[in-house]
Amino acid sequence: MCYLASFACWISPVLLHLQAIEKHFGGITALASGDLQVNAGEIHALVGENGAGKSTLMKIVAGMLRRDGGEMRWKGQAADFTSPAEAHRAGISMVHQESLLAPHLTVAENIFLGREAVNGPLLDRRRMETETRRLINEHGFPIDAASLIHELSPAQKQLVEICRALHSASSLLIFDEPTSSLSGAESAAVFRIAQRLRDRGMGIIYITHRLAELRPIADRITILRDGRTVHSAPFADLSAEQIIHHMVGREVSAIHQRQPSPNAPERPTERLRVELPGIRFALHAGEIVGVAGLMGAGRTELCQTIFGITPAAQGSITVDGRPTAVNSPQDAVRAGIALITEDRQRTGLTLSMPVRANITLAHLDGVTRNGFVSRAQEQAVAERFRTRLSIRAASVEQPAGHLSGGNQQKVVIAKWLFRDAKILLFDEPARGIDVAAKAEVFALMDELARDGAAILMVSSELPELLQVADRILVMRDGAIVTELPRTATQQEIMQHAAVSS
Amino acid sequence: MKRNAATWQRLLPFLSLAALFIFLSIASPNFLTPTNLSSVVRQTATINIMALGMTLVIVSGGIDLSVGAILAFAGTIGAMAIANGLPIPIGIAAGLLCGLLWGLVNGLLTTALKIPPFIVTLGTLGIVRGVTLIISGGLPVVGLPREFESLADGSFAGIPSVLFVLAVCAILTHVVLHSTKLGRYTYAIGSNKEAAVYAGISVGKYTVAVYAICGMLTGLAGMIEASRLMTGQPTAGQGYELQVIAAVVIGGGSLTGGEGSVIGTLIGAFIMGLLSNGSDLLGVNPYLRQALIGAIIVLAVAVDEARKHRFRQ
Repeated sequence: MCYLASFACWISPVLLHLQAIEKHFGGITALASGDLQVNAGEIHALVGENGAGKSTLMKIVAGMLRRDGGEMRWKGQAADFTSPAEAHRAGISMVHQESLLAPHLTVAENIFLGREAVNGPLLDRRRMETETRRLINEHGFPIDAASLIHELSPAQKQLVEICRALHSASSLLIFDEPTSSLSGAESAAVFRIAQRLRDRGMGIIYITHRLAELRPIADRITILRDGRTVHSAPFADLSAEQIIHHMVGREVSAIHQRQPSPNAPERPTERLRVELPGIRFALHAGEIVGVAGLMGAGRTELCQTIFGITPAAQGSITVDGRPTAVNSPQDAVRAGIALITEDRQRTGLTLSMPVRANITLAHLDGVTRNGFVSRAQEQAVAERFRTRLSIRAASVEQPAGHLSGGNQQKVVIAKWLFRDAKILLFDEPARGIDVAAKAEVFALMDELARDGAAILMVSSELPELLQVADRILVMRDGAIVTELPRTATQQEIMQHAAVSS
Repeated sequence: MKRNAATWQRLLPFLSLAALFIFLSIASPNFLTPTNLSSVVRQTATINIMALGMTLVIVSGGIDLSVGAILAFAGTIGAMAIANGLPIPIGIAAGLLCGLLWGLVNGLLTTALKIPPFIVTLGTLGIVRGVTLIISGGLPVVGLPREFESLADGSFAGIPSVLFVLAVCAILTHVVLHSTKLGRYTYAIGSNKEAAVYAGISVGKYTVAVYAICGMLTGLAGMIEASRLMTGQPTAGQGYELQVIAAVVIGGGSLTGGEGSVIGTLIGAFIMGLLSNGSDLLGVNPYLRQALIGAIIVLAVAVDEARKHRFRQ
């Protein structure tokens, strides 16, 4: 029996076999029954809504969490990794969604962290840097081996994570949504890497929300819902609709395509005019303007300048026809500008505070009477927004950190709606949120625009931009290079966004 | 079931206080007497009032190591004012103002120069103590009128009057922390400073306010200490910062910010008070007592970390 199993391993390429994996946190069941089989030489897509248990399942495989039940077999042998180091030794590496890098060390030092190159008792810095440069150049990533991690953008950090995993993976590489912070060109590079590694016989598990992008390269797909594996099949056998159906367990209407408002005035009111070096545009009431560009094109920086995080040294910002000095977020908020950041966990929410307090945080005056914050009014306000934006939370007293990504994003939006912001800057509004929530967020943006809000939307996902925006500004190297109508194609946008030859 | 365990751990400071109280009542016949209990209250009032201010600072994600020195400065200046013939209430107000000013200095240095509060207040700890010694010539301020004694030693209806002062301060701090913008922002800044900035809160202004309040409460504590000793002692309050921070942390305050409460801090301060009173009554070596307090701080934080770790996932 025993050598039968090992014989089976010899002839079958099964790398990893998970059966009925369970994991509980306190009273919450993260995984009820996770099944997954990954073969050598395949790219296996792992999909599911946020909270479906994908990351938990992968953390168990990578030795970061211990399972509470079920069976795991690695290369035919029963396996139980008690630490990431153990999983490493078995040949498993994981690229994490959230950055697990040491901020004050360099790119090279992070990639070699825990397995430093040494020369006797001393670190062999030169070898680590050379090796890192080789790795970066091989994949054409826009990072420098000697940069400190805290100087990098979220997308660049993600690329460092990928380099780190590549450097050590030998049999199985797990990507936990690596492309969610990357623009088109970078994610294409990541996909090429995945294909190359597959062709060398490695197993690849890929967690993502961007199904369309994965379709050309993935071999199989496994779908999780509410902590259970609900379906597993060759990717080509399932249509996008079928996959979404398995993910949410119900029909979802296709993502809403924005239509120009029928009763739009001939001359819409100008809400915001931005004139900075290389950047000139106006934003009108009732419109959604998209901003496209590659990673590092300056899109996030543009939002931060308009919002007063990094005030511009020269240039001007005009709000409702009046030149406005925006030197701090307070100035911006006072002028009616809101920024929904790309990193909601770090800058958008106070995760330990209840949903109620997060919603009222930017406008406590609205619930303050005679100097005292009225808990009852706060609750009423929070309940109103919970209903209006259908925020799924056990109650408004639940800590924001317990909500799913999509619901967290709605809390951030609610905060600015309560503040009555009329100029809304959305930086990657759909990052890391599931299909159903994404549709809801876009529908909400559409509704806000119809009610007269002026919206600027930065996104790395061109199909999203083309669906949601009325016109699209394309940025490159910190400047706006062109403006395209909603009828533009993805190719057109990419041509302008990429460095012209 | 597991959630119950977390609740139990949250109640741990209160249960420890109750257990300590019961233990001392049994172990020492001299503990449960009106004289002893009111002396516990009088001894802990200073630490307790300072700990209220420290609660605000710690909830905001900061720390103030200079409170012991500020206590001495305020007590010395206030005592000098009274000894030079100014009315007692004016003298007390002078003490509060001194504390407030040093709090402002701490707050402005951390926010304007962006120096971590640990370093700023380590610096002001030295500066304030030095200035106090220079002003007083290193000598205690004496010649205070007898009536000044009643601030620390007076009683009302058999209850020490400092208990009323403490109660008023505690209620005010609790209200500020829970029902005002300042309090809400203090929690928000301590929990996620960047998110507070991005919400358009003037983080700097509120941080300065928090240190100023802490300084002012420390100034009040300084006047109570001066009244208790009936001198303005330029060397008073050495090592108090440790006890004050310990009271907040034992009461559930988190040194990473965003957590802490007035009730917790009061419990923490009384635990410290009972430990010190109990070791006096039971004849515990005072050197051992100091080591014991240090060990309890580590234990309290360890228990709190265990609770949070279980809760986090």
